[in-house]
Amino acid sequence: MRITVTVDGTSYTDDVEPRTLLVHHLRERLGKVGTVVGCDTSNCGACTVHLDGHSVKSCSVLAVQADGCEVTTIEGLARDGELHPVQKAFHENHALQCGFCTPGMIMQSIDLLADNPDPDEQAVREGLEGNLCRCTGYQNIVRAVRDAAHEMRPGAGPEAERLASDTASHVGAGGE
Amino acid sequence: MTSTIEPEVGKSRRRKEDERLITGRTRWTDNLTLPGMLHLAVLRSPFAHAKIVSIDVTEAKSAPGVVAVFTGKDLDPEGAIGMPCAWPITPDMKSPRRPILASDTVNFAGEGVAVVVARTSAEAHDALEMIDVDYDELPVVLGLENALAEGAPLVHEDLATNRNAFWVFDSADAGTGSSVEDAISNSEVVLKRRFRQQRLVPAFMEPRACVVDPTGNQLVMWSATQVPHILKTMTAATLGLPEHKVRVIAPDVGGGFGGKIAVLPEEMMSTLIAQRLGKPVKWTESRSETMVAAHHGRDQIQDITITANRDGTVTGLKVELLADMGAYLGLVGPGVPILGAFMFNAIYKFPAYHFACTNVFTNTTLTDAYRGAGRPEATFGIERMMDELAVELGMDPMEIREKNWIKHEEFPFTTVAGLTYDSGNYEAATAKAKELFDYDGLRREQKERRESGDPVQLGIGISTFTEMCGLAPSRVLGSLDYAAGGWEHAEIRVLPTGKIEVITGASAHGQGHETAWSQIVADKLGVPFEDIEVIHGDTQSSHKGLDTYGSRSLVVGGIAVVKAADKVLAKAKPIAAHLMECAEDDLEFSAGKFSVKGTDSSTSIQDIAWAVFSAHNLPDGVEPSLDSSDTFDPENFSFPHGTHLCAAEVDTETGRVRLRSYVCVDDVGVAVNPLIVEGQVHGGLAQGIAQALFEEAVHDEGGTLTTGTFADYLLPSAADLPSFTTDRTETPSTTNPLGAKGVGEAGTIASTPAVVNAVIDAVRHFGVNDIEMPLTPMRVWHAIQHGSAAAGGLGSEAGGGLGSIDATGGAQ
Ligand code: FES
Ligand code: FES
Repeated sequence: MRITVTVDGTSYTDDVEPRTLLVHHLRERLGKVGTVVGCDTSNCGACTVHLDGHSVKSCSVLAVQADGCEVTTIEGLARDGELHPVQKAFHENHALQCGFCTPGMIMQSIDLLADNPDPDEQAVREGLEGNLCRCTGYQNIVRAVRDAAHEMRPGAGPEAERLASDTASHVGAGGE
Repeated sequence: MTSTIEPEVGKSRRRKEDERLITGRTRWTDNLTLPGMLHLAVLRSPFAHAKIVSIDVTEAKSAPGVVAVFTGKDLDPEGAIGMPCAWPITPDMKSPRRPILASDTVNFAGEGVAVVVARTSAEAHDALEMIDVDYDELPVVLGLENALAEGAPLVHEDLATNRNAFWVFDSADAGTGSSVEDAISNSEVVLKRRFRQQRLVPAFMEPRACVVDPTGNQLVMWSATQVPHILKTMTAATLGLPEHKVRVIAPDVGGGFGGKIAVLPEEMMSTLIAQRLGKPVKWTESRSETMVAAHHGRDQIQDITITANRDGTVTGLKVELLADMGAYLGLVGPGVPILGAFMFNAIYKFPAYHFACTNVFTNTTLTDAYRGAGRPEATFGIERMMDELAVELGMDPMEIREKNWIKHEEFPFTTVAGLTYDSGNYEAATAKAKELFDYDGLRREQKERRESGDPVQLGIGISTFTEMCGLAPSRVLGSLDYAAGGWEHAEIRVLPTGKIEVITGASAHGQGHETAWSQIVADKLGVPFEDIEVIHGDTQSSHKGLDTYGSRSLVVGGIAVVKAADKVLAKAKPIAAHLMECAEDDLEFSAGKFSVKGTDSSTSIQDIAWAVFSAHNLPDGVEPSLDSSDTFDPENFSFPHGTHLCAAEVDTETGRVRLRSYVCVDDVGVAVNPLIVEGQVHGGLAQGIAQALFEEAVHDEGGTLTTGTFADYLLPSAADLPSFTTDRTETPSTTNPLGAKGVGEAGTIASTPAVVNAVIDAVRHFGVNDIEMPLTPMRVWHAIQHGSAAAGGLGSEAGGGLGSIDATGGAQ
């Protein structure tokens, strides 16, 4: 099947097998290896990307389902050489060790902040429930997300921009 | 000292590693694609024990994209020795040959029987389904005691026993203490318990993978391994290849926890196949494959007897272990329980000690190192026993520890296990932890809740622990029959422009070596942190090393860096004197500059680097280079310690456990980077708590792993864990010039008993004195309902009994 997907701002048209998963399309066909695979049961979240601005586990989406969509991966977050505030917060808070879960964690954290710009600790923990990390014990990840929340308002990054347009009322209600 | 530069060591530096990791520019093995690369997929046995009658690969061979299919017989080259085990703990240890692929018999579910090579990974996996294997099932043996029972089926017929090895240490024989049997006859209290260490999966997040390129002069293997140097040597030895023709690269590696110490059959088959086909090949496993095929950890039954006087003084400790090796021996598997032998007596002054371990084969995935390797198991055993002893004697569990531990003024102290602890201050760490935790306040609350019959009961768990870090002293490893040494190597290259390359043999997989090593060198040479690049994980650039495991990186590898830096300065000094036309004795070095004492004349390391490079004006006979290398092999281990306190709330109506607070004060000696130390402690705590509450690898009666995916194996998520309060005391190690002790395993070692002690403390008044790990709501509820009758209750009698152990290992 022929599909066109815009990934990190570049449009790619390719023939794919119907069974190809989005994560494999990204990694193997498009060379977008920043998104990684940690499991085969959609439990780990390592493969999390944004599909039209919302986080998905790219191992549970078929490439053909992404036809005509915008995908943002970890590689497309930094703008003009500036790290996304969530990326920066992960670095500042030592929220990663081996870094394998990190792309997925960051993508999920951004989505979490889009839904809830000022989450308390419990909300962050629950919002990251689908992303496993074996190294950090999560504490610094939680700290990073909460730090980023303070940094980000309003509209500090590409996903926050998405937010500004598509869930403006929600942000208005939740923001400070 | 005229330096105004702030020291780097001790600073919470943000990590150099992060930039590539947070932007997705990481080089995981599976990211690599080489021209003409083929893909491997391994067919794995669904049976835990079976004869292979026949394998038909005809259909698979002609499947789309398939280039070749190999079975065990094809991959057993002349001269190959079988998969290596490097730790023959006794002269008569039984070491069955493990082939690269099973060809006659499969001995665990998940063992490889055939491998498909195809143009794409999807095609290789498709073709697996077309391979027809005819198996004749054999009786399966699972469970340590079953395997040792009279008439049990044998994992390896030819060995005529499932008993792999028997290893014993006795303080009376070793001359380190008195006889335990005497202590048992003469002591006022003899307390015996049996604990089970369930089987765990290391569960690093990056599945294992390797890429082998045979097309150059050297065969290059990229692997998601913890041990590139060991892998290189073992690949050569296992396959009979010339070692200088093999180069191993561990690029970025996504966690290890001991789970990536193994030398893999898949690495060996990839090498052979790449060579035969003359093309690069890649193997990457799925998570379900990792679960069955990568080694597991723990899996022991511990029978522990402790003897004491009524005043609480301990008089003896006897430990008898059964340890499950799985179907074959892992690289260091047999030695893992033996490491525990040195830690069962922990921080206490036992006058008598006896340790005996029986290693056993069963039809399961092999076990090998997993975070802490042997020491968490030992610490669990002793810290649970100290609680049980306190209850038996009607003492506070903290009091019994204080009564028996080694006092600060008694260091250095030689333990009954024969180790000399160089330094420690258990009093200071404990005092700090108690204060942060509000020990007395929580004890009061516990009492109130108990008295009011609150459905949610509160328990306090203590674990005061030590561990042996810095797995080196090569002499000691030799005395334990480990095949290799434990030294570490480092090289420092001073580039013409004054920038520095540090090459370390300790290959990192998340521990932040690039940052910590830069901090060390920045201080030693007085060059900016940013001007230092740390190179690791490639046997070509880092040509010597023994890699990263056992919290040895900093306390062995980091010290090699210190020594190499000292050599750089020693080489620079005569050159500095020559350039400034003074005597060497007139020079002092500080903040990157040699200065002539009492003058303002100075020359920097950078100036000297250029002078050396240009070599226009060097003293006679001086090598035009500041590059230096050195190796460190410590005299002794280092002994981090700490006090961990856990408050657990147990809902007595549902059995659910909630960790209300967790406080730990660790003493890791000098912390080079406190931020990294804290991160390591957090991660370790998560793993240790997970053993206490969540994780267990379970097999069904046919030997199939029923927890073979992340959907079934309960790895904790952020929502399952609390925030921790961590702090430090700092008692420098006296056995290395940094005063560092190591930290990687501390959290895991200490936290499991702290949590279990807390839960049992919460429900002890229901007659509970043990609950088998993991403490699932079902098990906790059951224990509350049935009290000690179901939950153990061996009381103070010496004698048999199973406690809460279900010897078949079945979790519900
Ligand atoms: S790889 Fe997608 S959830 Fe694990
Ligand atoms: S940092 Fe290693 S898995 Fe999260």
